[in-house]
Amino acid sequence: MSFLDLKNVTKIYPNGTKAVHETSLSIDEGEFMVFVGPSGCGKSTLLRMVAGLEDITEGDINLDGKLMNEVDPSERDVAMVFQNYALYPHMNVYNNLAYGLKNRGIDKETIEQKVNDAAKLLQISDYLQRKPSMLSGGQRQRVAMGRAIVRNPKIFLFDEPLSNLDAKLRIQMRLEIKKLQQKVGVTSIFVTHDQVEAMTLADRLAVINNGIIEQLGTPIEIYDNPKSLFVAGFIGSPQMNFLDGNLKNKTLSAEGFEIKDVNTEHEGEVTLGIRPEHLVQSENGLINLKVDLVEQLGSDNLVYGQLTNIKDFCYRCPGNQTIEKGSNLSLNIENKKYYIFDKSTGKRVN
Amino acid sequence: MTRFITSSLSHLILLIGILIMAVPVWMIFASSTHTSSMINMNGLQMLLGDSFYENYLRVLLYQGGFFKEITALKMFFNSFIMATGVAILSVVTSLMAAYALVYYRIKHATLLFWIIFITILVPLELRIFPTYSVMAELNLVNSYFGLIVPISASAIATLFFRQFYKTVPDELLESAKLDGANTWRFFIDFLIPLSKTMIVAMLIFMFVFGYNQYLWPLLVTTSEQYWTVVMGLKMMSGSIVHRFAFVMMSMVPPILIIIVLQKHFIKGVFQDK
Repeated sequence: MSFLDLKNVTKIYPNGTKAVHETSLSIDEGEFMVFVGPSGCGKSTLLRMVAGLEDITEGDINLDGKLMNEVDPSERDVAMVFQNYALYPHMNVYNNLAYGLKNRGIDKETIEQKVNDAAKLLQISDYLQRKPSMLSGGQRQRVAMGRAIVRNPKIFLFDEPLSNLDAKLRIQMRLEIKKLQQKVGVTSIFVTHDQVEAMTLADRLAVINNGIIEQLGTPIEIYDNPKSLFVAGFIGSPQMNFLDGNLKNKTLSAEGFEIKDVNTEHEGEVTLGIRPEHLVQSENGLINLKVDLVEQLGSDNLVYGQLTNIKDFCYRCPGNQTIEKGSNLSLNIENKKYYIFDKSTGKRVN
Repeated sequence: MTRFITSSLSHLILLIGILIMAVPVWMIFASSTHTSSMINMNGLQMLLGDSFYENYLRVLLYQGGFFKEITALKMFFNSFIMATGVAILSVVTSLMAAYALVYYRIKHATLLFWIIFITILVPLELRIFPTYSVMAELNLVNSYFGLIVPISASAIATLFFRQFYKTVPDELLESAKLDGANTWRFFIDFLIPLSKTMIVAMLIFMFVFGYNQYLWPLLVTTSEQYWTVVMGLKMMSGSIVHRFAFVMMSMVPPILIIIVLQKHFIKGVFQDK
């Protein structure tokens, strides 16, 4: 049995809404797991069930070999970082960190030692006497993490902790969280709707949609090998281009071009997916793109144009190429890196 | 220029307001420092006289009542006990009631709350006979307990605390839970410190409410030993200067409580920001 085991976990709210459907998942000790999905997909509910803040309707949660279903949140030995930090406004930073330890009846010297160690690790030693209202967003974030670290829990739970920060700070804190987790080595679950955060932080990634884990794997596995239309569209930025097509006798015909020798026996209506970064310019390419707009990011250019039926078809090219608005590009797909999904089920078929 | 005129005008109106309220109080105070023959001959005085100590000391220590068992000093003591008791007890009960209503999974908590709330429409005067008979059955007539308890459940304070608790984010509770705080600890360590400002405001409000009670103490006490200041105002006989002195002194405790607690009240408001 692995460190954290979810077996057929289901959550149905009293009003009948099914937030999580029979989800099974194993997380190893020391692993950084990220739950990613659009808002309302049930990822936070799943996390809160692990924390014990939501009851489990059906199924079992085992942590370190112990059944957690009926165990009180305070007894589970989990620590959580909330989206709005949930710092205790009337206590100074020191007491914010020490409160959980005090409740566990730990003696004063040990508490002081642990709080000071955690504060040093997070570089908040100078603010220990301040109230949370006197701290900046990033400092509050650190205090929230300090409160989790100081308890030395079995598992860290992060509920979208970076979404209240500005873009620059978010990237910095993302890095710090990852470093910290590697240093402390605590099993962690991180919930986010931001796929970049998910890709960069995760050892393994669970893409969740409508209360179901659509795909589970390392970030690269999921990026390279999305198993469904949803995962393909959700992971990757800019988003994968989708085109309607028809598959017959191993030949895929889309609007304006054909791909022969497709490695699938599937036939019928399909959706073809091509990542913007998997396109290359070549003479007599498959796709002719009339450029409407170029977004220059410096390192890359994002080129948007219209195909017969598709608006905003995106092609990503190195930033040193100059592409004029209104020009025509001829594009090929690199190394057969395209994805075919059944149009009705959304499942990958090639 | 128009700004100057409007601001002068509003200051003038405020000043008139202050005068309307302050002048009568001043006249009573000034008059209470004269001898009664002086007042009887010359009417109310605007300037201070020289009988301050004489008058006030006599009022404080004079053995009054039908049985000569009560002094003004004792009345102040009774009123203080009653007002403090009402203030503390009603704040404690409404804090706890609001906590139960907001945080416990009580069925129909909202309905229950509104039932508590409509008791505002049923003042003590309406339920005074049943309340009295309950107190009499319990043998609480002529006791501080009997003076305090029947008016120590405040629907208004419950409303205030409930509305405040509802604004406390759920994450705070959840975070506290994960930090090992049980129901009681969350109440003591979080809700009480967070609502400190409001608690002080309610203490002031309920103290004044308890202090100003007239009908209930009148009914539930037959012994002069339990007379309160407000009862004394009605019962007081004697010369006019002594009555004025007593009126002046009766205003002191509520003012004092506001001055003492206001400091915490304002401090609390600024700290929370």
